[in-house]
Parts: sequence; C-alpha cells; structure tokens
Amino acid sequence: MRDLRFHAARLRLAPILPLGLLAGCQRDVLNPAGDVALQQRDLIYTATGLMLLIIVPVMVLIVVFAWRYRSSNRDATYAPDFDHSTALELVIWSVPLLIIIALGAVTWSSTHLLDPFRPLDRIAAGRPVDPKVAPLRVQVVAMDWKWLFIYPDQGVATVNDLVLPVDRPVRFDITSTNMMNTFYAPTLAGMIYAMPGMQSSLHAVLNKPGIYEGFSANYSGSGFTDMRFRLRGVDQVEFDRWAGGLRRGARPLTTAAYVALERPSEKVAPTYFSLPDRGLFPRIVDRCAAPGQTCASAIMAADRLTDGWLSPDGGPPPLCKTPSEVGKDQAAASRQAGRPPEAPAAGRAASTVAG
Amino acid sequence: MANAHPISEPSPASAFYVTEEEHHGSGGGTLLGFWIYLMSDALIFATLFATYGVVSTNYAGGPGPRQLFELPLVAVNTAMLLLSSITYGMAMIDMEAGRKRATQIWLAITALFGAAFIAIELYEFSNLIAEGATPQRSAFLSAFFTLVGTHGLHVTFGLIWIAVMLVQVAQRGLVPENRRRLVCLGMFWHLLDVVWIGVFTFVYLLGALR
Amino acid sequence: MFEQSIWKTVFGRLTWESFPIHEPILLGTFIVVALLGAATLGAVTWFRLWGWLWREWLTSVDHKKIGIMYMILGIIMLLRGFADALMMRAQQAIAFGANQGYLPAHHYDQIFTAHGTIMIFFVAIPLIVGLVNYVMPLQIGARDVAFPFLNSLSFWLTVAGAILVMISLFVGEFSRAGWLNYVPVANLENSPDTGPDYYLWALQIAGVGTTLSAINMVTTIIKMRAPGMSMMKMPVFCWTALCSNVLAIAIFPVLTGAFALLMLDRYVHTNFFTNDLGGSPMMYWNLVWIWGHPEVYVLVLPVFGIFSEITSTFSGKRLFGYSSMVYATVVITILSYLVWLHHFFTMGSGASVNSFFGIATMVISIPTGAKIFNWLFTMYRGRIRFELPMMWVVAFMLTFVVGGMTGVLLAVPPADFVLHNSLFLVAHFHNVIIGGVVFGLFAGMTYWFPKAFGFKLDPFWGKVSFWGWVIGYWVAWTPIYVVGLMGTTRRVRHFDDPTLQPWFMVAAIGAVIILVGILAFVIQIAVSIKNRDKLRVTGDPWDGRTLEWAIPSPPPSYNFAFTPVVHDLDAWDDMKARGARAPAGGFKAIHMPRNTGAGVIMSAIALVLGFAMIWYMWWLAALSLAVLLIYSIAHTFNYDRDFFIPADDVAREEQARLAGGEA
Repeated sequence: MRDLRFHAARLRLAPILPLGLLAGCQRDVLNPAGDVALQQRDLIYTATGLMLLIIVPVMVLIVVFAWRYRSSNRDATYAPDFDHSTALELVIWSVPLLIIIALGAVTWSSTHLLDPFRPLDRIAAGRPVDPKVAPLRVQVVAMDWKWLFIYPDQGVATVNDLVLPVDRPVRFDITSTNMMNTFYAPTLAGMIYAMPGMQSSLHAVLNKPGIYEGFSANYSGSGFTDMRFRLRGVDQVEFDRWAGGLRRGARPLTTAAYVALERPSEKVAPTYFSLPDRGLFPRIVDRCAAPGQTCASAIMAADRLTDGWLSPDGGPPPLCKTPSEVGKDQAAASRQAGRPPEAPAAGRAASTVAG
Repeated sequence: MANAHPISEPSPASAFYVTEEEHHGSGGGTLLGFWIYLMSDALIFATLFATYGVVSTNYAGGPGPRQLFELPLVAVNTAMLLLSSITYGMAMIDMEAGRKRATQIWLAITALFGAAFIAIELYEFSNLIAEGATPQRSAFLSAFFTLVGTHGLHVTFGLIWIAVMLVQVAQRGLVPENRRRLVCLGMFWHLLDVVWIGVFTFVYLLGALR
Repeated sequence: MFEQSIWKTVFGRLTWESFPIHEPILLGTFIVVALLGAATLGAVTWFRLWGWLWREWLTSVDHKKIGIMYMILGIIMLLRGFADALMMRAQQAIAFGANQGYLPAHHYDQIFTAHGTIMIFFVAIPLIVGLVNYVMPLQIGARDVAFPFLNSLSFWLTVAGAILVMISLFVGEFSRAGWLNYVPVANLENSPDTGPDYYLWALQIAGVGTTLSAINMVTTIIKMRAPGMSMMKMPVFCWTALCSNVLAIAIFPVLTGAFALLMLDRYVHTNFFTNDLGGSPMMYWNLVWIWGHPEVYVLVLPVFGIFSEITSTFSGKRLFGYSSMVYATVVITILSYLVWLHHFFTMGSGASVNSFFGIATMVISIPTGAKIFNWLFTMYRGRIRFELPMMWVVAFMLTFVVGGMTGVLLAVPPADFVLHNSLFLVAHFHNVIIGGVVFGLFAGMTYWFPKAFGFKLDPFWGKVSFWGWVIGYWVAWTPIYVVGLMGTTRRVRHFDDPTLQPWFMVAAIGAVIILVGILAFVIQIAVSIKNRDKLRVTGDPWDGRTLEWAIPSPPPSYNFAFTPVVHDLDAWDDMKARGARAPAGGFKAIHMPRNTGAGVIMSAIALVLGFAMIWYMWWLAALSLAVLLIYSIAHTFNYDRDFFIPADDVAREEQARLAGGEA
C-alpha cells in the first residue's frame, strides 16, 4: 500500500484531469471518508500513473512527428519506403506489454484485497480490526424507488437514511425487490448490485463522522433519479442511542407495513421503523416476504429432491402457499432426503449466473 | 514487401490487367456465404443451448424432465431426422449423376421423414401442454420449448424449401442454379441433424438421466 | 361495446391516445418532420423523379449506390440522435434544486434510450457498413459484392428498423429501459407499453440486415480479390473490414437470440428474464454484453483501417509495420470476445473471475497501442500533407489515447467499483466512440467523397466542421469526466447538488459547439455540390496508393473495365511507379447483376409486420408474414438475375472518360 501512496502523491500533479479542482465535495470519489473507498481512490491514481508513463510520451511524439514531418518542412528526412524495423516493432509491442503486466499484477492483488465479499482486516491504514468487535450487520433492500435499511441486531429499520457508527466494520447484505440497482455511497466504498432474488454483500467502514450521500447507480425506471439516501456517520454511543430510541418509539415494520412500503413510490422522505420480525430480510431475498408467496428456497429444494412437481402425488402444485405451509413442505422434503433444510439461496448466488 | 519497387520502363498492360478472360464464377461464393450463414445460425442455437443450460433445473415447482420426457418417442423422432439425412444424401448422389427423376423421389422421401418428425414433435408438445407443462410454467420449460421449437421451425422451413425445390427442379431440371440451391439446402438439412443430436443428448438424454 | 371490440380486432392496442398530440415538444417535432417530408415528396413528384429514384437508387444492387444510401441514412439518423443529445444536455444543465427541468422522467428516459440505440444501431453501423460497402470492393479490384441482391435487402432492412424507431416518436412511445433495453425494466410487468416492443422489432429487423451484410462482406473479401492479391497484400482497410464483419457474424446471432427470448417473455409470457418462476434477469445482461463489447470493435476496427489508409497516403509513405498491424487486428478480434463481464464487475462474480476479465480487457490495449505506434512511425520520415483527412487522424490519435487510458482504468475491478455506471464511464465511451469512430468516419467520408462523386468537399466548411467537433468534444466531455469522478451517475434527470451545475453548463456549451460542427458538415456538402465544377477532380486526387484510385471518379457501374493484377501491397502506387497503363482498347462484355425491387418490397413488408406486432394487430401481422413468405418464395423463381454490359458500351464509356481527361 505504501507503494500506492507514492504513486498517488506523484500523480496529484497529473495534467490530464483537473483533479485538484475536485477537492471538498462531500460525495467525491476522490475525497473519501471510508477506508475501502480510499484504497480504491489510491488504486485509480496508481493505475493512471502507470498508464501516463506511456500515454504522455506518445502524445508528445504525435505532436512532434506531425510538426517535424509536415510537407512544407523540406529539411526533414523523407524515406517513403521505410516500413519495417524489427527493433522498433519489438519496442512497440513490449513497452505496452510491460505496463500491462505491471497493471495486471496490481489488478490481481487489489481485486482480491478489495473484494466486497471479503471481511475487512483493517479499519484504516495501520489500524487492524479488533477481533472482539463483530461487524455491524446492515441489510439493504432496493425497492421501487427507495432504500430500506434493516439493522437486524438493533431491531430497527429505516428508509432512505443509513446511519453508521464510525470506525466500525460493517457488513451489508444487499438485495432488491424488483429492479436491479446498485447500492452506492461514493465516500464509503464501491458499489455492488442489488438484484431480486439474490443476495450480494459488501464489507466497508466509515472513518469520518459527517453527512454524505448515497444512491442507486443503475437506472431502474421512472423513480430512479430520486432514489437517494442520506449516509450519516456518528460515534458508537450516539448510534446506540439512536437505535435504542427507534426500537422503543418507532412504528413496527409489520408484514402489512412492508407490503405497503413495497409498492412503487418516488422521492420518499426518511422513515423509521422498529423491527418485530428479524427474519424479514431472508424472506425478501427468498421472495416470500408478502403473504401468499412461496419461498424460492422451498421451490428450489423441491426441484432438487423431486425433480419435478412440488406435491409428491404428481398432481399440479398449489401455486400460492403461506410461509408456514412452505416450511412444512421443506421439512417434509428434507426428511425424505435425510438432510437438513437448505439455507436460502444466498452468498454468491449471483456468480453462478454471472460467472 | 519491404523492398523498394524498382522504377523500370513502362510495363505491358497485361502484367497489370486481366486482358483476356473473366474470372468471377459466383458459385463458390454462394456456398461459402451460405456456410457462413449456417455458422451464424449455429450461434443462435448455441445461445439457446447456453440459456437452456443456465435454467435447466429451474422447474419453479413445476414438472421436470424425468416426468415429462418420453424417450422412446424421442428416439423414434430422432430416427426420422437421421433417416431424412441419409435420403437427402441419396438425392445428392442422384443429382450429381444428373438423374432428375430419382433426385425428386429422394427429395420427396426426405420431406416425408421431415414431416413425420414435425408431426411427432407437435404431438409431444400438445401432450406436454395438456399436462400443464406449458412454456409459461417455468424457466426450464420456457427454454425447453424455445430450443426444441426453434429447431422445429427450422425443419419446417426446410420442408417448405424442399417443396419449392421440387417445383423448381420439375420446371427447369438440374440446371446449375438448382444444383447450387440443392447443395445449400443439403448443408442446411444436415446442420439441423447435427443440432438435433445436440438437443437429443443434452436436453432429452441428460435430462432423463439426471 | 361491439364497436370497441371491432376497433381492438382491427387496430390492436392502438387508440387515439397513442398519438402524443398533448405533448408540445413531440407535436412540434412532428410538424417539422411532416413538413420536411411533404416538401421532399412534393419535390420528387414535381420534378418527376419517382421513376428515376426507383430505377437508379431504390432497386439498385450496385455496391457503390448502396454504400452511398447507407451513408445518407447514417447522417439523417445522426441528426435525430444528436437532437436527443442536445435535449439531454439542456435538461441536465438546468435541472438543479427546485428546477425540475423541462423533461419529465417519462420523456427523459425515452430520450436517453433512443439516443444510445440510434447512435449505435442507426448511425455508427450504417456509416461503417456504408464505407465498407463503397470502398472495400474497389480496393480488392472487384466489380460488386458477392451477393448484390442481399446487399440491397440488408440496406433496406436497416432502413425499416430506422423507420420503426422514428415512428415511435409520433405513435406510442419508445423504450425507457436504456440503450440495451435492460431487464427487469423492460420486462412486461414493468413496461407494459409499446416501448420495448418498438425497440425489439426495430433492432431485430435491422439486425437481420446487419448479419446478412456481414456475411456478404466476408464472402466478398475471401472470394473476390483481384488476381495476385494474397491476404497479406490486401489493404489494411479490407483486413479491418474482414475482422469487423467476422466479429459481427459471431456476435449478432447472440443479440438476435437474446432479443428473441425477451420477445417471447413479452408476447407469450415465458420466464427467461423474469424475477420469478426460475427466470434470470442477469442472463440477459450476459447475453447482450457478449454482443455488446465486441460490437465496439466491430465499429472501431474499420475505423483503424481508415486511419491506416489515410496516414499512409498523406505521409506519402508505405504503412509502417503492415503485418504487425494485421496481427494486431486479428488479436483484437479474438480478445474482444473474452471480456464482456467487465460490464458488470459489480454484480459480485468473485475476485478471480473479475481479475481474469479485467486483465483480459487490459491485454486488448497492447495490440491497440501497437497500432498507435504504427501510425506514429508511418508519419515518421514522411512528407505529411495536412489536408482534412489527415487533420482528423491527428485529432483522433490525441483524443483516442485518452479514451484508451480511461478504458484501461475502468478495467481495474476495484476502480470500476467506484466508477461503474458513472458519468466517468459515459465520458470514456464517448471518448472512444466520438474520438475514434466518429472522427474516423469523418476522415473516411472526406477522403473517399471525391472518389464517389468526382469532386472534393469544400475545405473551408470542412475545417469549420473539424474544429467544431474537436473543440466541442473536449468542451463537452471533460466536465463529464470530472463530475464522474465526483461520483455522479448516469441517466439522472435532476440533481440536488448545485456545485455540479457549472460543469453541466460547460458540457451543454460543448454540445452546442459540436452542433456547429455537424451543421458545418451539412453546409459543407451543400456548398461543395454548388461549387462542384471548381472542386472537380480526376481519379486520383490525393496521390493514393490503393486500387480504388486506379479508376475514374465517380467509377463506372462496373468499376474496372479490366480487372487489375496485383503485385504489391500498395497496388496502385506500384502501378504508378512502374508506369502501368490500362489498355485503351479490346474491351470485353461485362457480366453484372440486374437491379431488383425485391429488397425494398421485402423490407417494407417486414416494416408492416413489425408495426403490426408492436400494436397487437394480429390479423395484419399474420397477413404480412404470409405475404413476406410468399413473396420471398416467388422471388426465388426469378432465374434471370444478371446481364452483360456489351463491349461496345464499355468502350464508349471508357473512351468518353479518357477524352474528358480523366483517370
């Protein structure tokens, strides 16, 4: 990482992009408030620096050659049949190759280091994660067109308002109810897709208290523009006080309240809930949060076991079931196969398709 | 390539221009072009196969291959298509030998086998739909009907083409244009065979044995 | 009740409400288009040009005329696509804070979708295909393409697709799901209107045309090169055209397949890309990007060829590193197929998969870099004449390397995590598409225009257009790079942060400067036509090096009275150096394809079919499909497809040109 810094320092003078002008904006990619985003920014500087090593000389050569060999300059050498030089060809191919090898190495290591699925091992440079502190869990649901944040351990939920304690690692579990969105707070960390029926994850940490902005970076229909949330960094004490207040005082996020919330709406102001049911998020991923829906995991378990009709008698399956019925089905199916019920399709479900 | 061209006295026109005869025979071009088209068609099938591969176990609580596929029926169907390829080969042998009548007869037999294939496939589809296994039921069934149905549409198109060729051969005989068309049709027909072998293996056999 | 059901049977879901007479912007546009259309049709009728138009152009199978028509289509659609761009820039420049701008989401979302769709499918592709169509057969010394009728059909199918997109302006609405018609937005339950259907039918019809055209071009290059022209003596433009078209054949079927599956989802309610019942929206993303990334190279490879030809001609030098140029092109062709996943690193594919696709993407920059160096060393020790085409080359090189650099940056997955879908990304691909493809197309059009019409383009207005584009590009897109780095994302209609507004204002000014460039180009053509006698040129106005310059400008319908024999890579330069002269007598009859209206008619029926399907007019759809099938079959019963131009006619034409002091 020290290497990266070195390049970064050199690069701030880069003439190509007026990076210096950008300082001071609260949602700036180049001015992050979280360690992950900071490392990503430094990587941008490193990569840009490596490439400028070749881009700048090439641009200079273009201008120099264009000027020197203009037709009115009769002093310049004219060699109409000069069309091959093994030495030059070697340089032409090997210089970009070397740069790409260097960049490839940086890419390989940084991609693994900054893999959003990988738990953090530091909260900032030189500050390793305290093994006693468990990461804060936040469950993120992209809805049409607002963000639902569920804090299962605190028993609260918010809409369009993400409050994080500073310097505490956070594990986001992310899904969507209908459209594909990306969960993105530029000052915190890079984005990750929120996909219906899938769960993706992001590990991040916020280092500076303050108010920032987050949004979806993937167009998802008419309410997309205003699908924004506020990101607040507070200290742990204040966070606990905030969560405690909500848990006691806020309206409960019942199934009925959830179903009402799921309906498309635009420009939604921050709203707060207490969370009576901590199993809500898994059911959203499982596409059975509303009454009468069959859980995807139950269907998939049945698909694997019976290789067909959900009901064992061969008749057409009931299409709508309550979660309890599904649970029974699942248990029955598991008994048949002699193994415990499958966990909901989670984790890297996306990679089986996207990869 | 790198050497400078010697500046010499004017060369005779014949060194730089074809002054004698014409070259363009377009027959080879047609066969090559049609072959490239077939490759692009094969890529459509590849897309459908890949799609089927991704969703082939997403039954959504609906029926799966083991409940649905009747391998004996599909085997008969496969035999129809394979036989039609052989009879098409016979037609080509007769075409090469210039025997118009025999060519037509073998083409007609090919068409009959092809029509039998389509009839059996439609029968299979209607049975599935009657059982409630419709294309709308699950992603698996959507992909199944689309892959097999696209192949079936190609065979249907091949049947229409055979019918047209029968008329054109009757009208004009085995003129070069018709020979060229029959060769193209042959490539098309055999490609459908190859695709069907893929369908039979990956969809039906692997599905039933899973 | 009964009347209603009759209406539904006849007109499907088309109702009076489908016509947007309450939207002033659309109504105004419609009136302008209708007046212009009526004026054009009126003029054609007044000057009794219908017969001429039909005989000489609509039914023509001459690759040169089809090429010119492709270019006209591309330029007309460029005006439409650019109008969309101006509207977006205007909206983003004013929509801050309390000001919501002048476009509601419903309209704005259609505009950015239409802009992307039109610019790629109906501007870039037609212009590229048009140039290849016109130039490539001349460069290989052929008299036409391998399948002249197919060429006509391909063109008219593309026109049919373009017309469908234009109809969507005034009847119903266009897609609001982004230029690749992304699901789940484009799924039936989220977009039950006609939008995605217009998109799908327009692109399927045009896509068939593009695929057929690619097959045609590949066959032509492989089968119809002049004697002596081995593959490694083929002009670089033909090599890039070959690779581009091979790539198109390899990818367009995937797009056709993906669109067909989405059509099934929308029309018969299958579950490929739905959220439930086992469907997978991510599968659509994979399929369209397997097409989408190579498509960039389908567009940019021929442009690399154009730059190679121009650099060599105007430097008065052989191209440096021809064989490494060819290998670089082939390597890019293959690699471009292996990188699609970099369009969704953020979907969570895992670090190793992301690294693989990221590094594969970077590797493409090696052959691309080699190409830049090759042009650089072609200029080295040359005598560079800075006429307009060469000016475009230098502007391209300086602009494109920046786009290449930001592209490699986006290929680093963790960097992409913060820049994905941002305006930085949008600036990047406009950097390579405008700085690469558009600059290259203008270079190519300026370079080959005298070949096609026999007179040069007016240099003054050409320079105005050049500077408008180049300055406009940098003014418009530098701020977009900047706001992208500030974390601003794409397809946003309204902003809260007022500090962003100055950047968007500058970008809007840049767009207006580009508009000056576009208008100057149109004026340039008009002025050049007016002054054509002063701008008149011979067959070889630029001291060219390849075979297209060996024949008169404009070329006769048969191109070459005698097929040339090739001895050198720069065949025409070699012929000039060795004093080769075309024979002045002994002409032979020339075998040529006959014109046919089948391409226009079949495409018109396809257009009706598409429109009927979009509006659920099932009877009309069934009827047009049946007519299309029957007409196609009937067309195969026509065996009389070619004729001979008598030797005397050839002799008369060639001698007239010689007497006129040409070639």
